[in-house]
Amino acid sequence: MKPFAALLDALIFMPSRNGKLRLMTEYFVTTPDPDRGYALAALTGDLNFRGAKPALVRQLVAERVDPELFGWSYDFVGDLAETAALIWPERPTNRDWPHLAEVVEALNGAGRAEVPALLAGWLDALDATGRWALLKLITGGLRVGVSARLAKTAVAAIGGQDVAEVEEVWHGLTLPYEPLFAWVEGRAERPNVAAGAGFRPLMLANPLEERDADSLDIALYRAEWKWDGIRVQMAAKGGERRIYSRTGDDISGAFPDLLEAMEFDAVVDGELLVLRDGAVAPFNDLQQRLNRKSVTAKMLRDYPAHVRLYDLLFEEEEDLRPLSFDARRLRLEQWHGRVAPKRTDLSPLIPVSDIESLRHLRAGARDQSIEGLMLKRADSPYLAGRPKGPWFKWKRDPLTLDVVLMYAQRGHGKRSSFYSDYTFGVWREEAAGGPILVPVGKAYSGFTDEELLRIDKWVRAHTTNRFGPVREVEPGLVFEVAFDSAHPSPRHKSGYALRFPRIHRIRWDKPIEEADRIEAVAGLVAV
Amino acid sequence: MRIPKPESWVEVRPEGLYVRPGRFHVDPTRPVPKAVITHGHADHARAGHKAVLATPGTLAIMAARYGVEEGQARQALSYGEPVNIGEVELRLHPAGHVLGSAQVSLTYRGSRIVVSGDYKRRRDPTCPPFEPVPCDVFVTEATFALPVFRHPPDSEEIGKLLHSLALFPERAHVVGVYALGKAQRVIRLLREAGYDAPIFIHGALQGLCALYEAQGVALGPLLPALAREKEEFRGRLVLAPPSAIADRWSRRLPEPVTAVASGWMRVRQRAKQRGVELPLVISDHADWDELCQTLADVGAPEIWVTHGREEALVHHARAQGIRARALALVGFEEEGQ
Ligand SMILES: [Zn+2]
Ligand SMILES: [Zn+2]
Repeated sequence: MKPFAALLDALIFMPSRNGKLRLMTEYFVTTPDPDRGYALAALTGDLNFRGAKPALVRQLVAERVDPELFGWSYDFVGDLAETAALIWPERPTNRDWPHLAEVVEALNGAGRAEVPALLAGWLDALDATGRWALLKLITGGLRVGVSARLAKTAVAAIGGQDVAEVEEVWHGLTLPYEPLFAWVEGRAERPNVAAGAGFRPLMLANPLEERDADSLDIALYRAEWKWDGIRVQMAAKGGERRIYSRTGDDISGAFPDLLEAMEFDAVVDGELLVLRDGAVAPFNDLQQRLNRKSVTAKMLRDYPAHVRLYDLLFEEEEDLRPLSFDARRLRLEQWHGRVAPKRTDLSPLIPVSDIESLRHLRAGARDQSIEGLMLKRADSPYLAGRPKGPWFKWKRDPLTLDVVLMYAQRGHGKRSSFYSDYTFGVWREEAAGGPILVPVGKAYSGFTDEELLRIDKWVRAHTTNRFGPVREVEPGLVFEVAFDSAHPSPRHKSGYALRFPRIHRIRWDKPIEEADRIEAVAGLVAV
Repeated sequence: MRIPKPESWVEVRPEGLYVRPGRFHVDPTRPVPKAVITHGHADHARAGHKAVLATPGTLAIMAARYGVEEGQARQALSYGEPVNIGEVELRLHPAGHVLGSAQVSLTYRGSRIVVSGDYKRRRDPTCPPFEPVPCDVFVTEATFALPVFRHPPDSEEIGKLLHSLALFPERAHVVGVYALGKAQRVIRLLREAGYDAPIFIHGALQGLCALYEAQGVALGPLLPALAREKEEFRGRLVLAPPSAIADRWSRRLPEPVTAVASGWMRVRQRAKQRGVELPLVISDHADWDELCQTLADVGAPEIWVTHGREEALVHHARAQGIRARALALVGFEEEGQ
């Protein structure tokens, strides 16, 4: 438990991604099996304990601490695990710290009634950091700023592998992942995962820069629309059905309608959309279906899920990934024609003649369900990750608005001494008192270091109010922001939100009165 | 003679605690004719009083802070020495908080009230330790009066800092410290741990570090962190007020590891919110256990709580059979923020 507690403690304060990777890799290299496997599962969110819930932690603390003092402390600290860890009255004990594996295995084997005593015994043996780590571990959600993918990246780094290779084998593995560590350390063969509905890392595209478009030998490429949904992989094998996000997160639970439709033995790649009467609904509608623990019948009815297929990775036992794009496309069409799974269709290929006509097509694609074009080399095998060259995404030109800076927040890591996160607004006419600014979004990219320095200086000189790391500024600076789409949002005071906003230009010259009005945002909401 | 009730001769006024039979205030927050000052922190020692009584150390700190104030009468009183002001007998006793810090013991017609100012109970190499003084009313602070605040041993925290220096020799380590007391204590603790390299200090710390040296607290080699090349700071320690480390000042440092030495660092969420990478739980205030222990050591049947988390300490005292009330004094800040 000691190295694990130290790891979590170091991770929570480490601002940089590379620093976090270094800490995790160091832990995995220096910690033996099976502890490190359990730690990995804790970091990827694959550990679950049924008997240990926050209510139990409260109950244990209540047995030892004055309830009023606990209440004030909890109000002050704001986090149950941390409050309990800090407030737990230490008493002399001759018990050693338990190993992480001991904790996990004991909890998994324990009956519900045995859990409180187990937990209390460990809490007595640990120090404050150890108690905090233990309580974070068992109540779920470590919140140390590490994604599952980052944890897997740290494992891959042990043997210099790519994270895609770890992701590929991941779903065939079970706790505590000894074969995985043996493989990355070069002591064993790669674990075999051909069977099963595990995640296969997706092939991703690089953005096509405008200046590179003309030099592209377009005859070698196939073109498709880039649909504005989320990229998913549907894997149905050996009776198991799963839907994965682009990063390999299992999102099956939120899409029972799709799971039901997966009456096939294959792995396919496509875009998840909400489709109503054959038309793609706004991205906002799809958002209603994401990140849900439970799905109501009403949601299934109002936001029907659909997958527009791009690619076929496995057909029964056959791995099609080494085949060319053209060969896979043919197989996909044949397979889809034969199996005809419900709630799916094929993303059509667009005839390609020359880059000019494609450019024309792309510019005309103002339908909000289309983000732009995909260009895929006809001879490209399906490769994990984002290889340079075979696939490009060619997004349509972004929309832009002139907005006024309202709030600035300190950034993180290297940027922690700079005001680098900006909330901006547009004008809205009020019945009384003239126009006011209403926030429409936040941006923290799109400027150079010099520009950041200059904005930071401006923010400090024009602060009117402070709330912790946030400064309110007097209206005076106009940004031209670029974004992919605008949609109605009841959560924002303005009633609208922008998708992927970034700073396009800083309009030092522009008077704030000339910034855009809310009507301009409304006009950009497509359909 | 009947012993007077404590609240009949010491009262709370808008400008602070007022000792009626001696006609003076203790740590008033506004200028008054006569002030007794417990210690040099700015929220306790304000400028502008007509007459000031304090320890020699505190007077030196005030002079360094505010200059020698024109027309002000200053009276230095050593620890343990008695002085009569009107009908009140007054003594100062070590509070263990910062250099010169004192508790004010006030005796009037057989009734004794001790105003402790700020205090801590653990060892501090820069000032003498807190002395419990038996009394009828103990006036206490409550900065860290919640049972989540238990400061670990200083040596562990200094060890964390030295470990990080060894782990990241290419990075500067900037430690946020309160300019009076914390800075000098952290430096002394580092020296005791065997760290003898020069330590860079922010301009705001220079005067007080020199004052501590002059008062006999050896701090070892210190260098001003002014007008230097970035490269000079690699693998070095830099001490600065907390306000400077989250600001433009820190940009002169190469990839700094940001540490803050404060009792608040015990709470991860707080440390994280402030962008601290290396929290060091080092405090000049008593933690929960020290506060509770002090109430027991002093043995007063009644306590008055000045500033901090008053409700929790009042609650705890009452559970021990001690009469307790919060004074609701205004104008005190949470130190070490
Ligand atoms: Zn103080
Ligand atoms: Zn104070």
